[in-house]
Amino acid sequence: MIRTPLRPLARILSARANGENPDAIMRENLRHRHAEMQDKARSRAEGRLLVLGMFFFCAFTVIGGRMGLLSVSEAEEPLASAIGTPIAAQRGDIVDREGRILATNFETHSLYAQPPFMVDPLSAAEGLVKIFPDLDRDRLIKDFTGKRKFVWIKKKISPEQKQAVHDIGDPGLLFGPREMRLYPNGSLAAHVLGGASFGKEGVDAAEVIGVAGVEKQFDNYLRDPANGGKPLTLSLDLTVQAAAERVLYGGMKLMNARGATSILMDVHTGEVISLVSLPDFDPNDRPAPPTSGFDPSVSPLFNRAVQGVYELGSTFKIFAVAQAMDLGLVGPETVIDTRGPLRWGKFRIRDFHNYGKELSVTKIIVKSSNIGTARIAQQIGADRQREFLSHLGFLDPTPLEIVEASGASPLLPKNWSELSAMTISYGHGLSASPMHLASAYAAIANGGRYVAPTLLRQDMPQEGPQVMSPQTAAASRNMLRLVVSEGTASFGDVPGYAVAGKTGTADKPKPRGGYYDDKVIATFASMFPAHDPRYVLIVTLDEPSENSGSEPRRTAGWTAVPVAAEMIARVAPLLGLRPDIEPRAAAGITLTSN
Amino acid sequence: MTEMVYGAVPERGGEPIVPKWWRTLDKWSMSCVLGLFVIGLLLGLASSPPLAARNGLEPFHYVQRQAMFGGLALIVMLLTSMMSPVMVRRLAVVGFLGAFVAVALLPFLGTDFGKGAMRWYSLGFASVQPSEFLKPGFIVAAAWMLAASQEINGPPGKLWSFSLCVAIVLMLAMQPDFGQACLVMFGWGVMYFVAGAPMVLLVGMAGLVVLGGTIAYSNSEHFARRIDGFLSPDLDPTTQLGYATNAIREGGLFGVGVGEGQVKWSLPDAHTDFIIAVAAEEYGLILVLVIISLYALIVTRSLFRLMRERDPFIRLAGTGLACIFGVQAMINMGVAVRLLPAKGMTLPFVSYGGSSLIAGGIALGMLLAFTRSRPQGEIADILRGRGR
Repeated sequence: MIRTPLRPLARILSARANGENPDAIMRENLRHRHAEMQDKARSRAEGRLLVLGMFFFCAFTVIGGRMGLLSVSEAEEPLASAIGTPIAAQRGDIVDREGRILATNFETHSLYAQPPFMVDPLSAAEGLVKIFPDLDRDRLIKDFTGKRKFVWIKKKISPEQKQAVHDIGDPGLLFGPREMRLYPNGSLAAHVLGGASFGKEGVDAAEVIGVAGVEKQFDNYLRDPANGGKPLTLSLDLTVQAAAERVLYGGMKLMNARGATSILMDVHTGEVISLVSLPDFDPNDRPAPPTSGFDPSVSPLFNRAVQGVYELGSTFKIFAVAQAMDLGLVGPETVIDTRGPLRWGKFRIRDFHNYGKELSVTKIIVKSSNIGTARIAQQIGADRQREFLSHLGFLDPTPLEIVEASGASPLLPKNWSELSAMTISYGHGLSASPMHLASAYAAIANGGRYVAPTLLRQDMPQEGPQVMSPQTAAASRNMLRLVVSEGTASFGDVPGYAVAGKTGTADKPKPRGGYYDDKVIATFASMFPAHDPRYVLIVTLDEPSENSGSEPRRTAGWTAVPVAAEMIARVAPLLGLRPDIEPRAAAGITLTSN
Repeated sequence: MTEMVYGAVPERGGEPIVPKWWRTLDKWSMSCVLGLFVIGLLLGLASSPPLAARNGLEPFHYVQRQAMFGGLALIVMLLTSMMSPVMVRRLAVVGFLGAFVAVALLPFLGTDFGKGAMRWYSLGFASVQPSEFLKPGFIVAAAWMLAASQEINGPPGKLWSFSLCVAIVLMLAMQPDFGQACLVMFGWGVMYFVAGAPMVLLVGMAGLVVLGGTIAYSNSEHFARRIDGFLSPDLDPTTQLGYATNAIREGGLFGVGVGEGQVKWSLPDAHTDFIIAVAAEEYGLILVLVIISLYALIVTRSLFRLMRERDPFIRLAGTGLACIFGVQAMINMGVAVRLLPAKGMTLPFVSYGGSSLIAGGIALGMLLAFTRSRPQGEIADILRGRGR
């Protein structure tokens, strides 16, 4: 690089020597440098300006091109109807095991107002009140004439109502599309389905979210667009459910019960075929949850089959007997001392009737002897009993797929003493839901395997853990069959379907301790057909009282059993069970026991 | 001899002003500006009646005001364009000082008209937005400083003008008026670029912008939402942008017809930020393309004329003015077609607004003054062998 000196020293020196003024040379030099610098700056600026010019030209071209593209594309209405279609299949349907619809979606509209656009707020308010009598006229007028720019009026309206609002003709009354959840069967299976409501709400759409039951349990699945509108298939059978509800409702009225619940469960797959809890509600118009301080079990929202934990009474006896047989402590014909009352400390255990000095194990079940069962429980011991009941699922909430199930923990004794073991053996001191009972009876019915109750349709039998030997299960079933054919549940015999089962009548506990003597929970836990059971049916009546006799009869044999029998008679043909002539084997055992 | 016969030639102070002006003026740019003004009036007729209706005024109230201010702006523009660059510089610097003081006093004396930003002085019959006048003034003043710094033994003009720029940006950001702040920043940046910014610095600045954007995106929810809304392919049709896009689509090639547009009734800013949407809906793509080409023509033509300019001050000032004019138009239209994230900015010379019109007139007048043909020493270049 050649460096040019800033000052032309050589020239200045020679000028000085010649006596000329060096300033002129300096100035000339400066001018040269300046011009040179400006030339350089200018040529650089020239290039950069060119870049800038090109940039602007390109940018404007792109904007013009984009304008052109936009203007030739199709305009879309800036209203929500354009995006209505994709919401339509947003939430999956719920269907029963045969694919019949239990819950689906329905296009409707919401109504809102934009007061700034209203022409005549007063007459609009009057017109609205005529269409929707539940609206408050003064409040509407206040909303329409105040400062609010947006007022929700109704979340869901019918097409007729929409037309009527149209006819008011006020431009400030507007409609937003809404997808609403529809339960076409009304209150059928209400407690299983639960219900849905609106979550986040906008003018153009609202989120539908499940609030209870399977709707809430499977909320994410139902809302997942990846499922592509695939329905959720439940294990319920719509026709069976309808028949069961009908029968149970009639039974509840006849027996003057406050509430009732029934569970029909497949013993091999664990599928719940029908689940009824009365009183019920219409999920299309779900009632408000009860306010606090109020007994929640009075609300129709309360799911007695799952949320209701009761002392289930003598239905528990079969577990003590089955366990004792499984452990080899007793056999069906072992004779047990049943002299009463049985004392344990201050506590006395009595029987409903005096059954004499001693009974065989089979007879203890058939006659439902508390003393006999308690003695068997003493032989088993508290620890082994606890372990056995835990295998049957009595110590944890049921794994049923509705949100309410996980909150319903059984009530266990704080200290599982020998006395607890004795009372639990005949169904007191441990509160569990009817759903617990159903899955425990299913284990006896299917040959000793625990099955988890499920509300989803299954294709294969569950291979649950073996909790008792098949022989024990078969012997237990024989005893249960005898309960129906000659014991406390004689009203439960349905010709051709060989019902086996156990009654249970438990006094209701008072809220402040102790028991009522005129309020009971009557339960009948049954299975059919007895020689190869396919279904378990639990029927529980809350405070039944059968008044046809001289004094009210409250035991399960008089209340829950006839209802269950009627239900089996109605439901078994729907389930495809053929009425059958009982095999001789069961009769043979009856003979030898005599 | 001649003098003895015909008498002495009367002294003349050079060529008369107006003929010289007409001879040297960039008539294309000037015609484009006039075209824009006419289009502005036309769109005002279309877009401002809803605003007038909302404010309870007669339908064409704003058109009349637009015509009045526009006429004023044109006169100012013509007068300015007749001045010599030195004159322009002197007046602009004085004006800049005035506007600077006015903007600085805004927080104490200004009003916000209930819009949440202190930008205006209320003068009773009209309101003035001093930042509109600050922009061209700043460009000229900064160009002067940058040019001076290129002289031998010149002052450190780059530093001075940059500090001034930062001060103005801070003042505008406090109002807050980020749009104008960005424009001022951009104007200075462009001048610095043309004045010979080192390449390393440019690359570094680009890096800083990316970094700053990333930080802002991850830390500011407001900013992130805007960017997300811009990046997401589907557009909520009930937003301002949705309406604007839809209006452009409705318009198609030839528009839905004069006075038939709907978007002006839905958009609160139809007469300013989204006037291009009104144009597209009522007059179609044709008018939009005309508007775009007018802007493009003014900017690119001015820049090309400035390429030949020898005087660094004129070159820089002209570049700054042309670029902020062009970029403002670009941002306004870019937002409407969703090429850029939402940012409120008026369409210069077309959108309604007294201050912006008159300030635009001044700016374009100065630009026209700077782009007038001047002797650029081409002959000397050729003689010295430096010409092309």
